Amino acid sequence: MALDYLRKIPWFRQAEIAPSAEIEAASLRSDRFRLEREVDWQRLERIVTALEKGRPGRISDDDLLDLPVLYRKATSSLAVARETSLDAAAIAYLEALVRRAWFQIYGPRETLTGWMRTFLGGGWSRAVRAIWLDICIALFFMVAGTVVGWLLVSREPDWFYSLVPGAMADGRVPGADPEVLRQSLDPTADANGLSVFATYLFSNNTGVAILAFALGFAFGIPTLLLLISNMALLGAMLFVFVEAGLGYEFVAWLSVHGTTELGAILLAGAAGIHVGRSMAFPGQRTVLAAAQGAGVNAAQVMAGATVMLVVAGLLEGFVRQLVGDPSARLAIGGVMLAFWCLYFAGMRRRGRQAE
Amino acid sequence: MTGVQDAIQRHTARRERALVTPEGLSLPLRIASRGSRAAALLLDLMFLCGGFILFVVFLVAIGINLDSMNGLRQSPAGELIGILFILALFFSRYGYFLWFELGARGATPGKRLLGIRVAARGGQRLTTEMVIARNLMRDVEVFIPVFFLLGNGFDAGLTGGAAFVWLAIFVLFPFCNRDALRAGDLVAGTFVIEAPRAKLQHAMSLAPDHRQTYRFGEAELSVYGEHELQVLEGVLRIGNEESMQEVAEAICRKIGWDMGRGDEREFLTSFYAALRAHLESGMRFGKRKKDKHS
Repeated sequence: MALDYLRKIPWFRQAEIAPSAEIEAASLRSDRFRLEREVDWQRLERIVTALEKGRPGRISDDDLLDLPVLYRKATSSLAVARETSLDAAAIAYLEALVRRAWFQIYGPRETLTGWMRTFLGGGWSRAVRAIWLDICIALFFMVAGTVVGWLLVSREPDWFYSLVPGAMADGRVPGADPEVLRQSLDPTADANGLSVFATYLFSNNTGVAILAFALGFAFGIPTLLLLISNMALLGAMLFVFVEAGLGYEFVAWLSVHGTTELGAILLAGAAGIHVGRSMAFPGQRTVLAAAQGAGVNAAQVMAGATVMLVVAGLLEGFVRQLVGDPSARLAIGGVMLAFWCLYFAGMRRRGRQAE
Repeated sequence: MTGVQDAIQRHTARRERALVTPEGLSLPLRIASRGSRAAALLLDLMFLCGGFILFVVFLVAIGINLDSMNGLRQSPAGELIGILFILALFFSRYGYFLWFELGARGATPGKRLLGIRVAARGGQRLTTEMVIARNLMRDVEVFIPVFFLLGNGFDAGLTGGAAFVWLAIFVLFPFCNRDALRAGDLVAGTFVIEAPRAKLQHAMSLAPDHRQTYRFGEAELSVYGEHELQVLEGVLRIGNEESMQEVAEAICRKIGWDMGRGDEREFLTSFYAALRAHLESGMRFGKRKKDKHS
């Protein structure tokens, strides 16, 4: 390796670890034991420090090959020292050293990119398939929320104002002029500033999705409430547009990003419900073990929901504002929906299917 | 030992856990105290705020006015900065903790400064999913309560009060369990432990040999146990003249010797070596003496 040649230059040479003194000079048997081994301990410490700093390139080939041996030597030294030595400082040093080495040797084995590869290539879709029941529950409540929003506004239009925040309505209220409503669905003339808008949408929606997941901790109930209230807003809006005879256009407008975005919110909500449900009904396991098993699975689903929201933000910010034709919009939305369904159902990794 | 010291020691002992490595060795772990975790979090939030202020100052310095977000949309450069700004906000909220805890140290800068790190409970490998899960929960535990307090959420009346109680459950969660788990730790299967780094101290028995000057017999050496030996080791390593004199006098009183002044270090070093040799030879035969009372 090039690095080994570098070491021959004095500037790059690392200080040699030398034995601290004549081993025979020590009057205690346990100190002789320690002095015989401390060079190895210090070598291990230097490797571990380099690993902790994230600079494995600094470790020489010899050191790397010896790492497992050095680690086992240190653990065995610690085991022996505990039974034969009363040198508190040396035992404390060994305990700290072995603990640090343990975290490096038995620590995470993947890099972030490696994790992304397994994640996109099967880990995510498997995690999604594993929580199918929670997805059904979340879907049911999302549909129920939409229906509730629709029914409330159709009975009593005043409900609209309590469901939809004033700033968001922006003239889109019950009994509004259909022309105003139609204009709100129109694409904007140019693409300037849309990227800022898309980024903003992504960051905002991801916040909502993470909230939906995190609230699942309280047995999933707050997540359900969040899903219902968000979808009631959609139902109310839907009613306003259908009443004005713009139902098809509105659904098309929504579907461009909505199939992806609502899908992400569905997954986030389902992940929250999964955690809450596992804690409420842990089955044979302890509550802690159930929460952990569910949490780790749900975290993968959530990481995926973030990816979906990036896509949704791009679709919402660019495509929806640039494509105006309702059928084209509907086609884009449908393709996205089909893509996600196929991905979750079909992406399987050979060799490591069920855990 | 005074009552306060006793209480502190009992409290620390309650945080001790053991980790059994695949080699069958039991390693002691200590759960990080709630205080150090709170301090680490505050440090991290300070770093985030500081970084953010620097970012804004930098933007102002290169002549960008953040007041007019509409103005940003006019030029491509302004658009890029708008995106960067939103992304920076997003990543400081969700990405900062995730990125650092996924590193080899398993700790954010604040945690590292306080000598604590994230680990998987039960001696498992810490996985990426665990770190993601514990940091997603951080949102309701840290950021939403902070926004709630900053935004004066109490103004909302009854809903505000309900939200306060609800958020308080999350914030106070670490105080309700033995391992000081916050909700995110519970879901992810992690905990936060102390990760001290120790330096290897010099070996004690390398000091000049005074076995000929001071000879200790069986009777003198059987007065003390391992605890006293470790206290003596600490005194010798610190090397404070006054405390060495006090300790030497106390030992002399106990073993019935009469020692002149000025030779405390030599006396203590040789007593230490003799006592340790005595206790260690006992250990080899399976006899351990915990302290002077046993």
